Amino acid sequence: MKRYILKRLLLIIPVLFGITIITFAIIHITPGSFTAVNMQMDPHASPDSIARLKALYGLDKPAHIQYWEWLKRFARLDFGRSFIDNRPVIDKIGERLPATILLNVCALMVIYFISLITGIYAALKRNRAFDKITTGITFAGYSIPDFWLALLLMMLFGVYLRVLPVSGLVSVGFENMNFWQKTADILWHLILPVSVAAFTGLASLTRYMKSSMVDTLSQLYIKAAYAKGLPEKRIIFVSALKNSLLPVITILGLTLPALIGGSFIFEVIFSWPGMGRLMYSALLTFDYPVVMGGITIAAFLTVLGNFIADIAYAYVDPRIRYK
Amino acid sequence: MMVAGIAAVSLLFIVAIFAPVIAPYDYREQNIGQRLMPPSSQHILGTDELGRDVFSRMVFGTRISISVGIIAVAIAAFIGILLGAIAGYWGGWVDNVIMRVVDVFLSIPTIYLILTVIAYLGPSIINVMIVIGLTGWTGIARLTRAEVLKTKKMAYIESAKLAGLGKARIILRHILPNSLTPVLVSITFGIAGAIFTEAALSFLGLGVQPPFPSWGNILTSGKDYMHSAWWLIVFPGIAIFIAVFAYNMLGEGLRDYLNPVTRRQDTT
Repeated sequence: MKRYILKRLLLIIPVLFGITIITFAIIHITPGSFTAVNMQMDPHASPDSIARLKALYGLDKPAHIQYWEWLKRFARLDFGRSFIDNRPVIDKIGERLPATILLNVCALMVIYFISLITGIYAALKRNRAFDKITTGITFAGYSIPDFWLALLLMMLFGVYLRVLPVSGLVSVGFENMNFWQKTADILWHLILPVSVAAFTGLASLTRYMKSSMVDTLSQLYIKAAYAKGLPEKRIIFVSALKNSLLPVITILGLTLPALIGGSFIFEVIFSWPGMGRLMYSALLTFDYPVVMGGITIAAFLTVLGNFIADIAYAYVDPRIRYK
Repeated sequence: MMVAGIAAVSLLFIVAIFAPVIAPYDYREQNIGQRLMPPSSQHILGTDELGRDVFSRMVFGTRISISVGIIAVAIAAFIGILLGAIAGYWGGWVDNVIMRVVDVFLSIPTIYLILTVIAYLGPSIINVMIVIGLTGWTGIARLTRAEVLKTKKMAYIESAKLAGLGKARIILRHILPNSLTPVLVSITFGIAGAIFTEAALSFLGLGVQPPFPSWGNILTSGKDYMHSAWWLIVFPGIAIFIAVFAYNMLGEGLRDYLNPVTRRQDTT
């Protein structure tokens, strides 16, 4: 087990480096340099002050030196300061990250809860009405554009029926609420975004769960369990389920990138104060430090998440460790 | 399933090709006196905030969505197949390096990557195609590599090598044709995804810019006028859904058709 972990760790290091290189390359290769954006605002800027600004940001040094400087600061978690309000990038990201994680974790829980149950029953009642209906619904859900669904629901529940809030994490006057009211308020705001996020994510997981369950159920040891006379509920929910969960756990690892970046469009549509929204406004205002910091952090968290998922999978399925 | 998929996709192509014939109005034609009108006999799907006919814009939008979908995936497929085949055939450190690059691209949330490049290159149809292509090659690369690895071991490759055929020829004429069937399925799903991404980008204002019509940018107006013009939201979304659904159906059908196991079963 330890060897497996060590091997995984070694493989990650070049990936982490690669992430930093690509992030850095994209920002600095694309046209529109740091200073151009800032200086264009002020036509009185003399070539001297532009040169000084460049020196200040180290932009006059060759690219690989700039990269190295950035990497050193990055190791100390210093992503520089935002161009917009001069606050440290770390702070800005830090205050937005929890909202994104909250949204995505809730969506993930809803997806898993519904998918697992639906998948199991679809497997048990293969090719009958339940299976066909759910396959149809999830397939449709897979093809529906999520931002469109968001707009539709927003229109229905927010504008016409007026029962759900269409923007933000909290209502006005949040500070004055007590703990329970605050929790309720946040939950109320979560309903729409989470519903949309969950609906479009249900399809693939349900199908996966169903096919995994179908495969497991056809295994010999399940037939042996029936022959032994074990109660059906026990066979299904203990033996079959545990084994069909294995591929589902792998998928959990693969959906981790979506945890951070996937809610982006919902955050923009619902004005959810998360990292996606922060990146969106940073991109539109050319706030390079925030963009670089955001991408790198998101990528690193993804790698971390995949790593944890790999280890968990190896722990659960001993066959993996001995490959 | 596949038949339905082929039918749906063909319908999309027909609409795109015959757009000028089908659309009653020019998609740029503004008519401020008739802005934000609900669906009527004059404008089947209503008008937008500049008085343009929504139906006509949607019909022409088909052209944009389909061309972006196909070209973007063509770019992604080119890069993916190339890298995947190289990685699979050469193995060793080449394989390792390429796979690490794939890992890096997979770790960075695709949306951020796409948005960053678009934000700095400027929004335009061509840039959208390029960016989607540059970020979507990873799945195809992995698939190609897996297939190449499998095909490499087959006897006819051995005999080709013994006969003295050059590497490039072996790859191009013997290995690739036999490896590409799963890639075809992946490409079809890729087109669905590209259509979706283009719509999302246009919706955010980072894709196709007005006056060019894209289902996504009609939705942008829809968002602003949500309180008064429901038709600006409902109809473009249905179009996106149909297009994505069509290609997904085609992909599913292809997958079942090309899989020798499921092909023999009687699947609808």
